[in-house]
Amino acid sequence: MDFPEELKYTEEHEWVLVEDDVATIGITDFAQEQLGDVVFVELPEVGDRFDVGKSFGVVESVKAVSDVYAPVSGEVVEINEELPDEPEILNNSPYEDGWMVKIRLADAAELDDLMDAAAYQEFVEKD
Amino acid sequence: MISTEGRGLVLDEKLLFEQSQPGRIGYSLPNLDVPAATPAKQLLRNEISGFPELSEVDVVRHYTRLSTWNYGVDSGFYPLGSCTMKYNPKVNEAAARLPGFMDIHPQTPEALNQGALELMYNLQRDLGEVSGFPAITLQPAAGAQGEFVGMLTIRAWHEANGQKRHKVIIPDTAHGTNPASAALCGYEVITVASDGILSKEAVAELMDEDVAALMVTNPNTLGLFEADIRAICDLVHERGGLVYSDGANLNALMGISRPGDIGIDVMHFNLHKTFSTPHGGGGPGAGPVGVVKRLEPFLPKPVVIKDGDSFRLDYDRPDSIGRVKSFYGHFGVLVRAYSYILSMGGAGLKRATEMAVLNANYIRARLEGEYDLPNQQRSLHEVVFSEAALANGCHTLDVAKRLIDYGYHPPTIYFPLVVHGALMIEPTETESKQTIDEFCDALLAIAEEAKTQPEKLKMAPVRAKVKRLDEATAARKPKLRWEED
Repeated sequence: MDFPEELKYTEEHEWVLVEDDVATIGITDFAQEQLGDVVFVELPEVGDRFDVGKSFGVVESVKAVSDVYAPVSGEVVEINEELPDEPEILNNSPYEDGWMVKIRLADAAELDDLMDAAAYQEFVEKD
Repeated sequence: MISTEGRGLVLDEKLLFEQSQPGRIGYSLPNLDVPAATPAKQLLRNEISGFPELSEVDVVRHYTRLSTWNYGVDSGFYPLGSCTMKYNPKVNEAAARLPGFMDIHPQTPEALNQGALELMYNLQRDLGEVSGFPAITLQPAAGAQGEFVGMLTIRAWHEANGQKRHKVIIPDTAHGTNPASAALCGYEVITVASDGILSKEAVAELMDEDVAALMVTNPNTLGLFEADIRAICDLVHERGGLVYSDGANLNALMGISRPGDIGIDVMHFNLHKTFSTPHGGGGPGAGPVGVVKRLEPFLPKPVVIKDGDSFRLDYDRPDSIGRVKSFYGHFGVLVRAYSYILSMGGAGLKRATEMAVLNANYIRARLEGEYDLPNQQRSLHEVVFSEAALANGCHTLDVAKRLIDYGYHPPTIYFPLVVHGALMIEPTETESKQTIDEFCDALLAIAEEAKTQPEKLKMAPVRAKVKRLDEATAARKPKLRWEED
């Protein structure tokens, strides 16, 4: 299973890529593997605001429906428009084509609470 | 000797559209002896083509053959966890077909409907006796509507006390409909993690003056009794909240423990689970709600009351949340539930509970070595295994599919979500030891196949009408109607 070094991770199995003050967010390879075939993705709208830890979207697989939680607070500046039409992208390319939303950071200090790849790897193995 | 030999049944059946023959019809009309009328143009539809042309016997055979593909509790063991697929005794059907019940119109004057009203009154009384709640409404059409009514009642009580609370606490072991019901009533849902059993400490941390209620399922979806429930109820009450209990698992408590005595304020009953009425292909069920005395004024109206020697519908309830269902709920279902209660008697209901718990624990004991049991607390009426012990990367889904080859309806899978790859088995009191043993033999054989011939699980089902379905494509690109080639 692949956990790229340049990403930050949450205990809810989301990844975060920070570029300037914008965080790109998706679910991890582990998350998509556990969910199984994803059949439905619900995303917020551009302009929506989320506090850290609040649900910003839904991922439904043949096994389960799961909320996706905001790893950081801020305003949604872009969403992956293709995802609702082709949810299988989440399985095929969780870190690249399967990104979900971009959020403009309200508080960069929140990033300090996220795990690096090594810590996440350890977290997943312990789980 | 357990095997898939001799199991399974395959009858092929084309769609009606594919059976169509040009010019074949299922009726014959006399010659026209009045002037022909031309329908208005806007009533004519041109876009229907390929409409099937069939005779009566074509249609009858088609649907009769399809009906043989049905799997129900009348055709076999149906261990769907959480759903309580117990047998529906035929005496219930006889009662529901008594002319006095079957032929009445809901608007018949009360004086001519006394028998039906008495039955409803008595059922309210008996459900109250089983649950410990002094007030019952029979109106809600199903469990989820019962939850909705219960939460509206809680909201109405808070508002009557001049309070506006915004949150509801729900443990991660509650039924999946609970968060939806709370949200539908305008509440924000706060999930509380449990370690199999909900702890008072975990609730205490979240319980503040903005929390309207705690919504628990007891026993919870792991089949475990919430052992701290009494203390938790006291805590919630001290801080001004109420406690809702999802009564879907009442069949594990009936005759032994009464939620109303434990400190619960509101609970719904699933008559189609605990009280043996049909699940009926999605409906109708019935989801009566019981409440403590202080919530009684808010129940939906009308409620059946006894007035001297006669019975009547009481509409004079100014604080009521109003009517939630046309007429008085699903009356035919109420008759069946009452028939069950009368035919079982108090001792019989208690015995049913004991057998349901015994059966689940027998299954647990037989399978525990081969299937992983994540929660070690004592089970009540159902048992939840995880997929952790399955060999060769086999998953719960594969076990479920393989069970079809062995002739069983699979149990509930992947719920509750707190168990990884959950396999949730609820046998109910209906099943004999022979049936349960054969079912356990099948599950043990499957666990063995996972070790030695995992492809048998991966390929399953092979003895069913259709082979393994591509669930992802079915969900992503559903074909919702027939189209002409």
